[in-house]
Amino acid sequence: MRSEASWGLKLAALGGLLFLHLPILLIFLYAFTTEERSYAFPPPGYTTQWFGVAWNRADIWPPLWLSLRVAAISTLMAMILGTLAAAAMARARFFGRDQISLLILLPIALPGVITGMSLRSAFGIMDIPFSTWTIVLGHATFCIVIVYNNAIARMRRLSGGILEASADLGANAFQTFRYVLLPNLGSALLAGGMLAFALSFDEVIVTTFTAGQQSTLPIWMLNELVRPRQRPVTNVVAIVVFAATFVPILIAYYLTRGGSETAGMGK
Amino acid sequence: MTAPAILPAKGAADRLTGTFWRRPRLLLLLLIAPPLLWLGVVYLGSLAALLLQSFYSIDEFSGVVKQEFTLKTYAELFRAQNLDIILRTVVMATAVTLACAVLAFPIAYYAARYAKGPWKAAFYLGVMLPLWSSYLVKVYAWKLILAKEGILGWAAQGTGTGFVIDGILSIPGLQGSSLSTSPFGTFLVFVYIWLPYMILPMQAALERVPNSMLEASADLGATRSQTFRTVILPLALPGVIAGSIFTFSLTLGDYIIPQIVGNSSRFIGLTVYQLQGTAGNTPLAAAFAVVPIMIMLVYLTLAKRAGAFDAL
Repeated sequence: MRSEASWGLKLAALGGLLFLHLPILLIFLYAFTTEERSYAFPPPGYTTQWFGVAWNRADIWPPLWLSLRVAAISTLMAMILGTLAAAAMARARFFGRDQISLLILLPIALPGVITGMSLRSAFGIMDIPFSTWTIVLGHATFCIVIVYNNAIARMRRLSGGILEASADLGANAFQTFRYVLLPNLGSALLAGGMLAFALSFDEVIVTTFTAGQQSTLPIWMLNELVRPRQRPVTNVVAIVVFAATFVPILIAYYLTRGGSETAGMGK
Repeated sequence: MTAPAILPAKGAADRLTGTFWRRPRLLLLLLIAPPLLWLGVVYLGSLAALLLQSFYSIDEFSGVVKQEFTLKTYAELFRAQNLDIILRTVVMATAVTLACAVLAFPIAYYAARYAKGPWKAAFYLGVMLPLWSSYLVKVYAWKLILAKEGILGWAAQGTGTGFVIDGILSIPGLQGSSLSTSPFGTFLVFVYIWLPYMILPMQAALERVPNSMLEASADLGATRSQTFRTVILPLALPGVIAGSIFTFSLTLGDYIIPQIVGNSSRFIGLTVYQLQGTAGNTPLAAAFAVVPIMIMLVYLTLAKRAGAFDAL
């Protein structure tokens, strides 16, 4: 049974993978087209001018900074909260443990529109004005689970013996954390942080409910998609967004590869 | 034998360590409190606000939200046009889920049972990268593909298969001037975006099917297709259901895709967004947002009964 896959299966599997990847390549192609009003294929000509045009467009930079700021702050908060939650949940058994793990998972299990609308309702009822922090509030909430998943998988693999050994050798809890736990968790936390950053940088659904008049880079892109101006410029920005999510994901993969807890299973 | 080496506590950190050792529950409480407070206040608090908001109503003349308890807003959900939106969304989510299951199966099956060594890694990365890479960029890519002058139209013209696209576009309910303005386009993009969410749990379930069972099935005289139908498929089903939770739930709530690709007929997500934004009817938007929660609760209960959570 296990010998060889049939040709039909091989073709279907490979076709499926190509289906997942080919569309993204088009984004790159269209960034070089000379046609700015339609999506004509094949492009009538090729140019690199759009990269310069995008660089000089003043309306792109503020959304880019906002996105970077939000992603950085959200990632930091998610890393702290996610690690704490993982440390508590990794070994201990206590009342309500299953409910807590469901609560951590819920923000990404439910559609983003619910998280977004919920936060929007809360801001409305409490009269909280929209700001960078209202965006961060939403992003950090759904990033916690990403860091948590990575951290808890690594903690489960870690032998409890090394913590006891550290204590036996006279280290206090903080020294054990600094010199034993943290070096062992490091790459898993970094991987979790990378994925959280990618998720936050790219998030648009929750953000549209929590941003008010502010514009993150994905929101800028969404506006361009609905009302296009210079289409190839949107492609240039799309490449930037793609790179800002693609690179962290690859790093996360290489940081955790080989383990049973390879990053990315839990989006 | 020497005396037990108990080091004297040198500072506050050492004394605290002793306290943690004697009372592990205290450490646990300190660890879990910050994330629990965050999720409890920010997330559950917001969900509560959503529920509260959905029991308010809007004054039809002034457009001001009346903050008193009423079921009027929920009653509005049962208007024909709103029921239409809910039905359309559920039909789309079901169709997307079924298509994802069919497309995902060969990939998951090959990756789980045949791919080895570098191919295994390639398949894993090949599914994970599209899963994580930018959502908006992927949707945009499909706008380029499905546009009338885009690559699909070009390929159809070059191969003389334009009649297939025209055929799809003439089916009642799927009409549009091009695939990018037809509900079929919306469906295609949904399938593309959520496909990886189906592959991963399916692959995990298939990897757990023991080889010995397949050998036993063959020994007992089953043909390949019989083994497939009576052994592999039932054992993979929890994985399919686990994947379908994602594809179903994500389609229920998405509002970007129908806005960019399709004939702008309304789905639940889009309705929520428009109601809270331009229309300013936050109570009705909140009531609409409760609908997917309810549908997912029913779905999750059914999935739990089918044992899908063991495959997550």
